[in-house]
Amino acid sequence: MNWLLVGIGGIIGALLRFQVTRVVNSRFDVSFPYATLLINVTGSFLLGWFTRDLNAYFPALGSAPMLLLGVGVCGAYTTFSTFSYEAVTLFREGREFTALLYVVASCLFGFAACAVGLYGLPAR
Amino acid sequence: MAYLAVAIGGFFGAILRYGVSEWLGTWNGLNIATLFANWSGCLVLGWLNTMSAVALPIHANFRLAIGTGLIGAFTTFSTFTIDAWKLYQNGQVLQSLGYVLLSVIGGLFISYVGYRTAKFQMSWHARRSGGMAR
Repeated sequence: MNWLLVGIGGIIGALLRFQVTRVVNSRFDVSFPYATLLINVTGSFLLGWFTRDLNAYFPALGSAPMLLLGVGVCGAYTTFSTFSYEAVTLFREGREFTALLYVVASCLFGFAACAVGLYGLPAR
Repeated sequence: MAYLAVAIGGFFGAILRYGVSEWLGTWNGLNIATLFANWSGCLVLGWLNTMSAVALPIHANFRLAIGTGLIGAFTTFSTFTIDAWKLYQNGQVLQSLGYVLLSVIGGLFISYVGYRTAKFQMSWHARRSGGMAR
């Protein structure tokens, strides 16, 4: 039944990504892929947090919550293919600096958000 | 209908990714399953987005099911960031850096290959049909 949990999570994740992209693109007339950036950063945080804490919240359910929420929802919500395609499109349009900014920002914020989820905020 | 298309694609995309990760697993701590899913997804999406914009007469909902749903859910950014942190945490700093560079630079290059392939196909078809008209 593991695959079914992942599949149901995949439905939720893909729909979330679709809706966030639609809302961001309809509210803001932008030529920078903010939607995918937002999705990948928030999704990285969520997966970091789930990896750290989800088992502690539902100890009796075994790997089921992680399969549904981690592998399914977070995995399907975030996307690597759209990220690459958008970066390549920016490069092709001659906006090399914007493309580089997009790639670096995605990685930097993505890794930072993931670390906050995994390890918590850095102690002051 | 657009939501249904994305949902169906997302269902199968996530299951496919899970299947690939069960099949390939990790290699020396390196998550080659995620790398494989992300690279192959980049190739298909680069090709599909370029083709469906001009030459491929498919319904918009079908494009959503395959591109946004299936490929979008098949590839993943969050697992990629987790994998890199896990390698770093294990003290495999170089492997972590290599994994990030391979994923990103490889993904961009492969996405471009998908785009070029579609462009080549379109120009090839245009030349062939142009020749037949004459």
